[in-house]
Amino acid sequence: MLQDKRFFNRDVQDKLLLAAIWGAAAITILFLLWVVWHILSNGLTHVSWEFITSSYTRIGEASGIWAMIVSTVYMVGLSLAIAAPIGIMTAIYLTEYAKPGSKIVKTIRFCTESLAGIPSIVYGLFGMTFFVTTLGLGFSILAGSLTLAMLILPVLIRTTEEALLAVPMSYREGGYALGSSKIYTIWRLILPSAMPGIVTSVILSIGRVIGESAPVFLTAGMVTQIPESVLDSGRTLTVHLYKLTQELFTQHEWDQAYATATVLIVLVLILNLATKFIATRINKAS
Amino acid sequence: MNTASKVRTTGLELAPAKTFDWKERFFHLLFLACAMVGVISVATIGWFVFQEGLPAFKEAGVLNLVLGKEWLPPALYGIFPMIIATLISTAGAVIIGVPIAILTAVFLAELAPRWLANIVRPAVELLAGIPSVVYGFFGLVIIVPAIETLFNIPAGNTILAGIIVLAIMILPTVITISETSLRALPSVYKEGALALGASHIYSIFKVLIPAARSGIFTGVALGIARAIGETMAIIMVMGNAPAMPGSLLEPARTLTANIAMEMSYATGIHSSALYSTGIVLLVFIVLLNASLLYLNRKRSY
Repeated sequence: MLQDKRFFNRDVQDKLLLAAIWGAAAITILFLLWVVWHILSNGLTHVSWEFITSSYTRIGEASGIWAMIVSTVYMVGLSLAIAAPIGIMTAIYLTEYAKPGSKIVKTIRFCTESLAGIPSIVYGLFGMTFFVTTLGLGFSILAGSLTLAMLILPVLIRTTEEALLAVPMSYREGGYALGSSKIYTIWRLILPSAMPGIVTSVILSIGRVIGESAPVFLTAGMVTQIPESVLDSGRTLTVHLYKLTQELFTQHEWDQAYATATVLIVLVLILNLATKFIATRINKAS
Repeated sequence: MNTASKVRTTGLELAPAKTFDWKERFFHLLFLACAMVGVISVATIGWFVFQEGLPAFKEAGVLNLVLGKEWLPPALYGIFPMIIATLISTAGAVIIGVPIAILTAVFLAELAPRWLANIVRPAVELLAGIPSVVYGFFGLVIIVPAIETLFNIPAGNTILAGIIVLAIMILPTVITISETSLRALPSVYKEGALALGASHIYSIFKVLIPAARSGIFTGVALGIARAIGETMAIIMVMGNAPAMPGSLLEPARTLTANIAMEMSYATGIHSSALYSTGIVLLVFIVLLNASLLYLNRKRSY
């Protein structure tokens, strides 16, 4: 029998620990409910079609977030357009082509992990000097997207790799047995069956792009106009919320901040539900 | 970070019987070229950060900069207060957040009925996806005023507010990874403990948690990395005074906040000093990863 010296007798000790576990879980859940509930209950009433689709001026009553939504969409689209192909092709290289354990694989993995470990503000620092100043892109959606593309690359590579590794070996063997080339097998057999996993990894990256703020305002700026091209500066939703919180004076400004936070939480909820939906479809398929 | 360091590929050496194929060759090189983008990115970021940070180190001296207690650009560039603020806020978040997170992970892996776990787990994932500015906003409207009333101080923008916000923010990371590593344990561990007459709770604390510790360490390290790297939420709740904090109820500025707040207008040596702030931040992350590697090597069996 396991035995050691204890202060309490065993039953009391077990009950205390049990209480601690339930207590901790309760605290986690309560915090979550509190954060989400507080924002939604104060914000939902101020989210209207008009709030979403009208423009914003710093002084005055125009308080819509349409320009920020457009900037955020640009940012998500462009970052993914840059990072997704590179990330997916890197994952294909690592799983299908590279020799396991070779120097080049080790280097690539080491670098991807280092990229994942760099704090996002350092990306902002780098992006501002390199893309904004050195390359002369100015504060622009393009500079911001390039910076965020580097930031989401590790997530894309890792999750796509998982998806590719989950494809049964027999698919590859079958493809080759039928005499198809390697690239044809990858294109027609492996990628389609890994697609749900790849889509999940893209959704995760969308969440990252929407959620980032520090590297974004250092590279894309915070202009509240609708960007006309990718070389214009734009303010994303998170940066907008940050700017709003710096001037919470009137009730109207409070309402705007709550409403913007609500929009962000709803976006995160939608992305989470989308990944859940795809995950259950993968489970059903296998 | 360190989680995916296992080398895995499909390792399939089969290739269709064909002679030299230009198309195959092209795609092979294309994929390789893409794989090098990550390598080039790290090299460029590393080179830039160090290149840009060097002038400040040269001008002020490494020790003056790292141990200097006053930040008054363009005259004095001491980031010691920021280092201390980063360390205190991270340590505080870990002390509050990690026990709650590990116990919640135990709850999810061992105790929760299936239906409850199926509600709590997605909730934790949602918590992970919420943007940091939203946490900052929450901290600003709930935690900061609460600290003002509780401690009867004029401004609640304090290290304590930062600690509480960070503690909430690291919960999902630590919970998810700890739960995964608890679930990955072979069931014989628990069965063995129970067969020896240990209670369920006893076996959790004396067998399961110790056995899963390398995974739990990884989760904690990722949580620490998130706390060190967090910027906006900290700016919003911690008051941002670049002075040495005397207590938890005083405002402070972390390394990340220092960069974010001043980068947009800094020039010359000032901007270089922000890069050296970034270098110090990177050193923290490298030390964290190295210690994690060390711990896992020593303790895993």
